[in-house]
Amino acid sequence: MIINQTFLSLPSRKGEECLERSPTASMDSYKLIKKMSGIIGKKVGMTSIFDETGKNIPCTVIEAGPCVVTQVKSVETDGYAAVQLAYDEKKEKNTSGPLKGHFAKAGTTPKKKLVEFTTFQDQKSLGDTVTVELFAAGDFVDVVGTSKGKGFQGVVKRHGFGGVGMATHGQHNRLRAPGSLGASSWPSRVFKGMRMAGQTGNSRVKVQNLEVLKVYNEQNLLVVKGSIPGAKGSFVIIDK
Amino acid sequence: MDLVKFVEEQNIVKSTLPSFKAGDTVSVYYKIREGAKERIQLYQGVVIQRNSTGAHETFTVRKVSNGIGVERIFPVNSPNIDKVEVNSHGKVRRAKLFYLRELTGKAARIKSKRV
Repeated sequence: MIINQTFLSLPSRKGEECLERSPTASMDSYKLIKKMSGIIGKKVGMTSIFDETGKNIPCTVIEAGPCVVTQVKSVETDGYAAVQLAYDEKKEKNTSGPLKGHFAKAGTTPKKKLVEFTTFQDQKSLGDTVTVELFAAGDFVDVVGTSKGKGFQGVVKRHGFGGVGMATHGQHNRLRAPGSLGASSWPSRVFKGMRMAGQTGNSRVKVQNLEVLKVYNEQNLLVVKGSIPGAKGSFVIIDK
Repeated sequence: MDLVKFVEEQNIVKSTLPSFKAGDTVSVYYKIREGAKERIQLYQGVVIQRNSTGAHETFTVRKVSNGIGVERIFPVNSPNIDKVEVNSHGKVRRAKLFYLRELTGKAARIKSKRV
């Protein structure tokens, strides 16, 4: 239920400096880490809008927030600093006792999704709300979601293999096969990480640097350029 | 889905094109930006289909240019469409005129309808 968002080594994008952080380091040593903030949302669907030059831009609509701060973790008490946000209403009868207490502490109703943000820009206290006002048109955001599950798939779909050879000239039942897994007496084993068939999709995927096109504060809507992982209605984390 | 509609309504200006359908001959005045300059290009041909509905509706215009068939797809709500003139209404029996692609010369003519 509770996902710990770790930015252990942030990608250095747009030339900004990043530092590895250790959980025991004091806050002063974090200075070089890009301070981020985020929000939890739900993918609504895709559409396209025209920009000012008349170009048709594909975009994704995300319903994000308002999120409630349900816990503020600090280095002294928890060993690391983080802000826990909660999003999306949930029925009281479907909430376990311990979680009911957890939400009551923050003075809010039970929520479906809880996410921790380890590098939150602003100082937050228990019960604060985070809304899409955090974002403005023109910002660049990273979106984290769970990709659509495809089940157990072969190498052609999973890794983009070409399959083996032709359909004719004596070939049979090898069309979508992976081919050789490696050499013989040396190394006498299959190397680790060899791409093979297996579960495809349904994994955590992050898409970086999506431009925010529109923000609707009243409707709690964000419109970002391009596509984001996951099915409609699935939870996504938007990092600024 | 309503929220997607909301975003479309907020951002897409419904165009006020005259009504036309497959088989009609139209002139599309399309704005083209070259740096800071803007000019208007004329594209004339036969509408061979109208596709999709709502904010994403498009229409396809086919013409034969120097013996080569050219098809261009315009979004109905595109802000770059200056105006559309309907030159003639065609007498056709289907909504998608893809059969025109196989026809050339006299066979590719469409009878015009008196309105």
